[in-house]
Amino acid sequence: MKISREDVLKVAALANLELTDAEVETYRGQLDDILTYIDKLNEIDTSNIEPMTQVAAASADSSTLREDVVVRSDVITEVLRGAPDPAPLYFRVPRVIEK
Amino acid sequence: MSSATAWTIPAVRAALDSRKISARELVKEFYARIDRHNPELNIYLALSPDRAYAQADRIDAAIASGDALPPLAGVPLAVKDVISTRGIPTTCGSRILEGYIPPYDATVVTRLEHAGAIILGKTNCDEFAMGSSNENSAYGPVRNPVATDRVPGGSSGGSGAAVAAGLAVVALGTDTGGSIRQPGSFCGIPAMMPSYGRVSRYGLIAFASSLDRIGPLARTVRDAATIMSTLAGRDPLDSTSAVAPVPDYAAALGRPPSGLRIGIPDDYFAEGIDPEVRRKVEAGIGLLEKLGCRRVSIRMPNTASAIAAYYIIATAEASSNLARYDGVRYGPRVPGATLIEMYRKTRGRGFGAEVKRRIVLGTYVLSAGYYDAYYLKGQKVRSLIARDFREAFEKVDAIITPTSPIPPFRLGERSSDPLQMYLADAYTVTGSLAGVPGISVPSGKTPEGLPVGMQIYGPAFGEERVLQLAHAFEQAGGADL
Repeated sequence: MKISREDVLKVAALANLELTDAEVETYRGQLDDILTYIDKLNEIDTSNIEPMTQVAAASADSSTLREDVVVRSDVITEVLRGAPDPAPLYFRVPRVIEK
Repeated sequence: MSSATAWTIPAVRAALDSRKISARELVKEFYARIDRHNPELNIYLALSPDRAYAQADRIDAAIASGDALPPLAGVPLAVKDVISTRGIPTTCGSRILEGYIPPYDATVVTRLEHAGAIILGKTNCDEFAMGSSNENSAYGPVRNPVATDRVPGGSSGGSGAAVAAGLAVVALGTDTGGSIRQPGSFCGIPAMMPSYGRVSRYGLIAFASSLDRIGPLARTVRDAATIMSTLAGRDPLDSTSAVAPVPDYAAALGRPPSGLRIGIPDDYFAEGIDPEVRRKVEAGIGLLEKLGCRRVSIRMPNTASAIAAYYIIATAEASSNLARYDGVRYGPRVPGATLIEMYRKTRGRGFGAEVKRRIVLGTYVLSAGYYDAYYLKGQKVRSLIARDFREAFEKVDAIITPTSPIPPFRLGERSSDPLQMYLADAYTVTGSLAGVPGISVPSGKTPEGLPVGMQIYGPAFGEERVLQLAHAFEQAGGADL
């Protein structure tokens, strides 16, 4: 067994994800299978290989980054309209600082 | 025009030019078909009649006053629900974005509307584009119009089904590990993933940013090429979009493919392939040879490692991208006593099973102590897979493979084992990792009548070659093999 119940709980906490007991058990078993499968990568020698983080053709064009200029977007009202608890100009959330 | 599935981009144009139908009447015809078939097929999650009729009226006014029409004038279009559309609900097939209405359009949407296309609505998909069957949508699965007890593929299942059922002339999909090509294969239509960087991702709701691409699903390769010419090109709003000039893709279609070297990698015809799929793709390769292509055996030795590398990289990027859904700025919120409790409950309730599984896996491979063993290892193997493609394209002009090792399966048939579902992405995740373009074209049907797709890969920014081959194959009767 590669992954324990505690591992799943720890990762879920890192990801701010509430899981039911049943979900924890299901994911533990499934992740165990998936990680066991992924472990076959260890058979491949990558000692002199650079990691590929991005497709080279696209990043080669990064000389064309646009100028950093301020443009008016004027979307505050529209953006706030989609929020679950908007307060004019802000998103409201539960209190984070104790009195 | 007797059948709605006979509409193509040139057919729409001819009908408008000859005044056989107005753009408004055409839109009405498509909405009538949608009303009739959507309850069974579950393709559209939202319709946008106000916007569609307004655009149709602009086209009709241009026709009435004799103005020159833009290239996609009056073409009814479906847009996958992970692509932002101003004023039209966009859910990504997830409860966590229920009721979300984007305040802006994705660049691809802006470009297509400028070119005269008419957006009918948003298509169903696997939640956040994570899936290969469309069964992971929070709004229910899509049925394959070719065989309604089967899945349409995923994650762009709604887009594939919309075109196949004649509920749109063309559709936009997105492809991270096969999500355009595999539904194209399952629904029996051409479907193209462009090179990474060829099409702007601005306004595409991110799944895995180093892999995500937008592309067309269409009735003909010519229609896919026409859409590609509108989609492709530099966008200042996406710094990964390429400056390379955009060819006229449709103009490349007439060139005969004779003399082109097609690479056949044995590694793609190994274990796990359905014998009927193999037979039809072999027949497809035979047809290309008859057209004058030269068959070359090649090796792509890292192919078998692609799924493992892909599911490390894609889930790692997804766990980061999906951190933004926290009940603060959009979607429903589940209240909590503290901010963290609100986040946890909102995310626990809002995400479906597959998305949660991938967030947990992605967070795990990125977490302290596992980063080098999994994430870094995955990226190194990605380099090897990209090298396989580079070396192959030194010897051949295109690579031919099956799109999917299996034909469309029955709803519910494979949903209990996520690893088995992932393994079916074997032939598509390779090109995703390498960044190269690929198209799936229909290559006959199984004895049961289920569509088989043949995949054509080209080198990065080699879309013309890929489309040229696909078009020649289609014209030579590839779909009826």
